[in-house]
Amino acid sequence: MTTDPHPPIKAVPVRHYGRWLAAAAVALLAYQVFAALLSSPNLEPATIGDYLFKDFVLEGVQTTLLLTVIAMVLGTAGGILLAVMRLSANPVLRFCAAAFVWFFRGTPLLVQIVFFGFLGALLPRLTITVPFTDIAVFDQPTNAVMVGIVPAVLALSLNEMAYAAEIVRGGIMSVDSGQTEAAHALGMKPGLTMRRIVLPQAMRVIAPPMGNEVITMLKSTALVSVIAGRDLMTAVQTVYAQNYKVIPLLAVAAIWYLALVSVLSVLQWFVERRFGRGQRAAGGGMFR
Amino acid sequence: MTAMIKAEGVRKSFGQLEVLRGIDLQVAPGEVCCLLGPSGSGKSTFLRCVNHLESVSAGRLWVDGQLVGYRQRGDKLHELRESEIAQRRRDIGMVFQRFNLFPHLTAVGNIMEAPVHVLGESRAEARQRALALLERVGLADKADAYPAMLSGGQQQRVAIARALAMRPKLMLFDEPTSALDPELVGEVLDVMRDLAAEGMTMMVVTHEMGFAREVADTVVFMDGGVVVEAGTPAQVLGDPQHERTRAFLAKVL
Repeated sequence: MTTDPHPPIKAVPVRHYGRWLAAAAVALLAYQVFAALLSSPNLEPATIGDYLFKDFVLEGVQTTLLLTVIAMVLGTAGGILLAVMRLSANPVLRFCAAAFVWFFRGTPLLVQIVFFGFLGALLPRLTITVPFTDIAVFDQPTNAVMVGIVPAVLALSLNEMAYAAEIVRGGIMSVDSGQTEAAHALGMKPGLTMRRIVLPQAMRVIAPPMGNEVITMLKSTALVSVIAGRDLMTAVQTVYAQNYKVIPLLAVAAIWYLALVSVLSVLQWFVERRFGRGQRAAGGGMFR
Repeated sequence: MTAMIKAEGVRKSFGQLEVLRGIDLQVAPGEVCCLLGPSGSGKSTFLRCVNHLESVSAGRLWVDGQLVGYRQRGDKLHELRESEIAQRRRDIGMVFQRFNLFPHLTAVGNIMEAPVHVLGESRAEARQRALALLERVGLADKADAYPAMLSGGQQQRVAIARALAMRPKLMLFDEPTSALDPELVGEVLDVMRDLAAEGMTMMVVTHEMGFAREVADTVVFMDGGVVVEAGTPAQVLGDPQHERTRAFLAKVL
């Protein structure tokens, strides 16, 4: 019997001492940080457990989710509108959309939230009249309109519109001009082409950053606590202002935010896969 | 009989660059016209003017007796609305060099798109016709494949089927085989040859001299934005009268 002249290689692997050293150093550092945190007598794990599912916390979570959903829906719709305006042939629409984005991206979200919280100081009454007449379609004291979560929703939505507009615009511009030409050559009008051909393809580019926007929005809702926005952060703040259990209640909020963000991250993965349809075939290569 | 395409002194400039410098030509219904010429000669630009993807800068261009892109009232030209331009484009099929299939739709979805959303056909009817068209271009088994899963030749055949789904009276081909691997060129030319045999009016920008000689009724040789010579394939390819035509043919044949 002849032996194989080229048996499978059995070599001594290189020892990566550097890796062992780095792993040990990082593990030690992590251990020390957690040991220090857990050694604090003010963490009170039992208190965290007590408060985690209290009614006021759950109500706060509910409002936080509601704020996130409404602000993202309005923000995305407005963002698409602004993006189309910025790409339109009409110079007035282009300028107004650009100015809107400039203003709402150029001022801190916190400032915008406080601003909408105190809108009544700027405009005591909100009035909508038929242009060039005195006929009022809508006329109410500002403080009667800006109640509950309304100022928070307004601030978060308008801010989101500005960011969504830039993301959508980038997505639309990423679609090859040949797609628009092919659609036009088939007799499709510009609006139909945008809706059926360009936007569905732009979604592949838009979906990942918009997923990040949802996650950012969920966490940004905590800012509305400065105008008593009834969200999760407001809820825990109100309680720890009375009983001084600051650290356990902040931990409760952190646990909820982390849990919600984790769920959203999983959803994001599914959404991205959905909009990548038709793109992953042929060995994962891009189209063309 | 009204000419399918009629051009009189068509000019087109991009800024300072004049790409078309006075084109006169006619294509009769049922005729296959091949535009030949070196790159930059303006043949693709002219083709794109025919369905108003580019607007002409001067001169007049008619498709099936209708002025392209404008309406004439007295001696004034009025630009057409987007919806009117879209309406006219329904009757003109176009096939692009880079296929331009919609990557988010399957082969059958690409073909159904315009019949359903432009002509308002029912999905069932459009799908049935789309499958018949796929059969006709030899791709019945690829109905549910996305463009990225198809070869270049298959994509281009789907693109032809997509254009035919609008029942056009005129088909424009913009270098339909130039982006294909050599062994895939034949399958696309075969489909085009069948189409010509069925009497479709076609204007084809191509570098395929064999196809032009065999299928074209008229061959138009363009260079520098003008028609240098036009005639039957035998005249233009077999017995060119102009030095520029002879020089070009000497290089490509």
